[in-house]
Amino acid sequence: MLKVEGISKTFFAGTVNEKTALKNVSLEMKPGDFITVIGGNGAGKSTLLNAVAGVFKVDSGKIYIDDVDVTQMAEHKRAAYIGRVFQDPMMGTASGMMVEENLAIAARRGKTLSLRWGFRDDESVEFKEKLAKLNLGLEDRMKSRMVTLSGGQRQAITLLMATLRRPKLLLLDEHTAALDPKTAEKVLDLTKKIVEENALTTLMVTHNMRDALRFGNRLLMLNDGEILLDIHGEEKAKMTVHDLLEAFEKSGGEDVSDRMLLS
Amino acid sequence: MDELIISTVAQGLLWSVMAMGVFITFRTLNIADLSVEGSFPLGGAVAAMLLAEKVNPATAIVAAGLAGMLAGAVSGLLYTKLKIPALMAGILTMIALYSVNLRVMGKANLSLLNTDTIFTSLEFLKLSPNLTTFVAGLCIAVAIPLWLYWFFGTEIGMAVRATGNNPQMIRAMGVNTDDMFLLGLVLSNGLVAVSGALIAQDNGFADVGMGAGTIVIGLASVIIGEVVFGTRNFKNSLISVVLGSILYRIVIAIVLYLGMPPNDLKLFTAILVAIALSLPLVKAKWDSRMVGM
Ligand SMILES: Nc1ncnc2c1ncn2[C@@H]1O[C@H](COP(=O)(O)OP(=O)(O)OP(=O)(O)O)[C@@H](O)[C@H]1O
Ligand SMILES: [Mg+2]
Repeated sequence: MLKVEGISKTFFAGTVNEKTALKNVSLEMKPGDFITVIGGNGAGKSTLLNAVAGVFKVDSGKIYIDDVDVTQMAEHKRAAYIGRVFQDPMMGTASGMMVEENLAIAARRGKTLSLRWGFRDDESVEFKEKLAKLNLGLEDRMKSRMVTLSGGQRQAITLLMATLRRPKLLLLDEHTAALDPKTAEKVLDLTKKIVEENALTTLMVTHNMRDALRFGNRLLMLNDGEILLDIHGEEKAKMTVHDLLEAFEKSGGEDVSDRMLLS
Repeated sequence: MDELIISTVAQGLLWSVMAMGVFITFRTLNIADLSVEGSFPLGGAVAAMLLAEKVNPATAIVAAGLAGMLAGAVSGLLYTKLKIPALMAGILTMIALYSVNLRVMGKANLSLLNTDTIFTSLEFLKLSPNLTTFVAGLCIAVAIPLWLYWFFGTEIGMAVRATGNNPQMIRAMGVNTDDMFLLGLVLSNGLVAVSGALIAQDNGFADVGMGAGTIVIGLASVIIGEVVFGTRNFKNSLISVVLGSILYRIVIAIVLYLGMPPNDLKLFTAILVAIALSLPLVKAKWDSRMVGM
């Protein structure tokens, strides 16, 4: 499904600000894999997801999605394969446009756009049904602008948008980090539901170790641009936060960031 | 007096085409595009040159629009392909167009007094000159927003709007934002040039300096329209631009009537826009002070 072969990325190469964010990272995902990714601040989690999404080109290595080499493919072209939800609830939607318009755009992700009307009536019905399933009362807000919605509502819609056309790969970058705990829980439940219903191959970054253990069938821990831990199926299912911290220290990780401990 | 009102509204209608161009870049694409200062006289120059050659007025206006689109494409390519900041790209195009416009006209000013124009071709309506301008302006100021409403409701049009709103998001949805910026700039400058062609014909001349302040007049119209007539949705915003453009002309007519020297018009407009642009900040400060009380 997703195959990442030894990718590296250095920002500001050759300057005093030089920062190697990914060091020869390799990763292979099977269809239906739901991988959670943890790691301290600056570990390279976002960089990994952005490299896969094509936000920038990697310095070396290869990226394949379903055996298609996308390493040199532009971000907007890769979008045909990838659904994304970002940490910032402002980032995933066009805030000045209506809920319905945002969904219509998402329903055309990766398609060639034409001069046909932006959305069809039968789509509106479908959108309404799908919004109703989110259980946030959004089905009555189809004509509202995104700015008028709360962060949680926006993230739920962004999640719906990312999966409206089934993506080959779903990338979630701390998509609940900006939400209050109760809303975050709700959006996480929605995530689980949508991922399972559609059997989506998913990479989910979280800074919450408990969530990382609770969700998915595989866990990656990144540290300083490298994959430090890669824990699969059974082993992951049995693991506790305590085990995880122990494993982290044993494998030579530096100080666990406060942020990770606290969560 | 009636004649004055009709002529003022007619002016507003003709200028509203330019304001819609500015609306597309400033509000829809969320960039400040100064190339309009060059594409407005470009439209006037191209139309005047063709009319002097006895070309049919409608054809001259279409040609002016195409020339403006080309100018927009230049700005768009500077911005998207060469990554020159939008403001700078616009300035470069504007300056370059000054020379281009002089070349097109062959001199700094071209009179249209003895040539057919779109307005003289409407003489068969047997209306007063001001009323003729009004009728022509009304047709154009209704047709263009209708067309824009359609366009920005299509798949491509929605992608253009989303690009101005959140380029990151629309890229993640598979849209090439460079193409959308380019398209928006082409469309915007095309409209501005059409407006230039209309104004030149109404004034009876095209002048290489007629573009000075275009952007500020456009912004004034857009912002006055928004404040007075609202921005509930895209349709409402479009109508507000046209009405804002008319209202701006009325405000200008009133201050001139009250005795402001015409030479101070640009200063007045600049101050008006500065105030309007700072309104959100002033309002926020005011509100927070009220809360503190
Ligand atoms: N666009 C960029 N330009 C320059 N440096 C960057 C860029 N993106 C990331 N970096 C740097 O790369 C390193 C890894 O950053 P990254 O955002 O991937 O961390 P992260 O694991 O997502 O951390 P966080 O938990 O804070 O989100 C950091 O040192 C960061 O400063
Ligand atoms: Mg991050």
